[in-house]
Amino acid sequence: MYAEEIIAYYEHPENKYKMDDADDSYSDFNPVCGDKLTVYIKVKDDKIEKMSFEGDGCAISMASASMLTEVAEGKSVDEIEKMGPADVIKMIKVDPGPVRIKCATLSLRALQKAVFMYKHGKRD
Amino acid sequence: MSAAENSEQHDIDVSLVKKDFPILSTQMNGKRLVYLDSAATSQKPVQVIDAISNYYRTFNANIHRGIYKISEQATEEYTKSKDKLAEFIGAKSYQEIVYVRNTTEAINLAALSWGEANVNKGDHILITQMEHHSNIVPWQMLAQRKGAVLDYVALNGDRSALDQESLEKQLEKNPKILAVTHASNVLGTINDVKAITRKAHDRGAVVLIDGAQSCPHMPVDVRDIGCDFFALSGHKMLGPTGIGALYGKRDLLAAMEPIFGGGDMIRSVGFQTHTWNDLPWKFEAGTSNIEGGIGLSAAIDYLNGIGMKNIRRHEVEVTRYAMEKLGGIRGLKMYGPDIDHMESRGGVISFSMEGAHPHDVAQIFDDRGIAIRAGHHCAMPLVEDVLGVGAVSRISFYIYNDKNDADAAVDAVGEVKRVFKLQ
Repeated sequence: MYAEEIIAYYEHPENKYKMDDADDSYSDFNPVCGDKLTVYIKVKDDKIEKMSFEGDGCAISMASASMLTEVAEGKSVDEIEKMGPADVIKMIKVDPGPVRIKCATLSLRALQKAVFMYKHGKRD
Repeated sequence: MSAAENSEQHDIDVSLVKKDFPILSTQMNGKRLVYLDSAATSQKPVQVIDAISNYYRTFNANIHRGIYKISEQATEEYTKSKDKLAEFIGAKSYQEIVYVRNTTEAINLAALSWGEANVNKGDHILITQMEHHSNIVPWQMLAQRKGAVLDYVALNGDRSALDQESLEKQLEKNPKILAVTHASNVLGTINDVKAITRKAHDRGAVVLIDGAQSCPHMPVDVRDIGCDFFALSGHKMLGPTGIGALYGKRDLLAAMEPIFGGGDMIRSVGFQTHTWNDLPWKFEAGTSNIEGGIGLSAAIDYLNGIGMKNIRRHEVEVTRYAMEKLGGIRGLKMYGPDIDHMESRGGVISFSMEGAHPHDVAQIFDDRGIAIRAGHHCAMPLVEDVLGVGAVSRISFYIYNDKNDADAAVDAVGEVKRVFKLQ
């Protein structure tokens, strides 16, 4: 489970900062383990121009959020909405099992909610 | 001779005990299962599994009123389990033992029946900062329904025990009821419930003890404690899930109204009216958890066979050993009473590791076949607001754990440090 790549992303996360000029953001948490994060997006021409995140949590949730910021960049909002657990497993290169998959997909769920709010013009 | 046949003071031969628990010879993730999560639920000895199986195979029938042999046998075995539990916790008779699903339901029964009748607007309800959600939420709900005030006894400075000054101060408000845990499922702290009960009674409060974490692990005598209610779960003391009990002093239970109506809880029913059955049956509407009672009965036999004092001594020894080893690990912080206060500490060790999230810690343990728990342990106010962390990892021991199991945990902590490159 704890491949070098996951540990590296956990210890030195990419794009972990608060985006002040974000078009939208969404905060979510996992009540089971207390993982929490906020996802920020900048959207241009219906594509994710930039994604960043802030949060605290386990290595799986933080590493996958960090990896997602790189995967999401350049994807259209429609593509983001179609992503699911299988894409996350592909991204982190390990199937974390039925409980930890919730940690792994926490950032994707938050990203999808941020995109949904962007599309529908809803704000926090 | 099985491990459970000698109640004299003796050291527990864990290798014999382990043989009584079929699950402990199975594997998890290809490794020998090391089960260190008994504070969540205990494993079950073959004696309990067989008792339940035997009931279904040879005398399964509904209890009470069946005029045939196997119904009489089922009734007798079920009732006998109440006698045993009454004796096990020092109650006067089975009439003071109400069967429920678990500790949570026991506390809810007290809140819904006794609380509903006795707590009014503006009254104070007193609990503590170290309670499990099961001893918080029913009182929040009662307070909300009644417009009562819910107060908390604070923890002391090092967050290892209840603050005595805070207890005295809160009792000055003359609460109607004090509900307090006997042993914390997070800190391991064992509260001096006898002294607390005396102080609360001096102020006229009724006292409920949450015994979920004490009853399986140490001798309990409700009459010596002097409490009015005592709640417990069967599944944490080698019994099956779905059976627990509310002990209540007879005069209190007699004055309380049932919260469920139906079969078995009545003496007679007319088209408009009914009369209630005797204690404790008036609280047990519908067909009972018969297999649960029979399984719990076998669990109590098993515990008595080893002896509760022996169990307590064994757990102190294993816990002290684990704390000594864990205490030497840099970046690892343990919560609850320290190693010099084992007399007020149960076999629960919650800990944090600098640089590793509790879920990752538990995952690495799991990879090595070791079951521990990580999270807020159903005590969010304690873990988040008092300890100030989102989650902690928790090791908990029982009769089937030995120093080898503690060593396995210590080794797994080493693996966590290696994976996360911690110094």
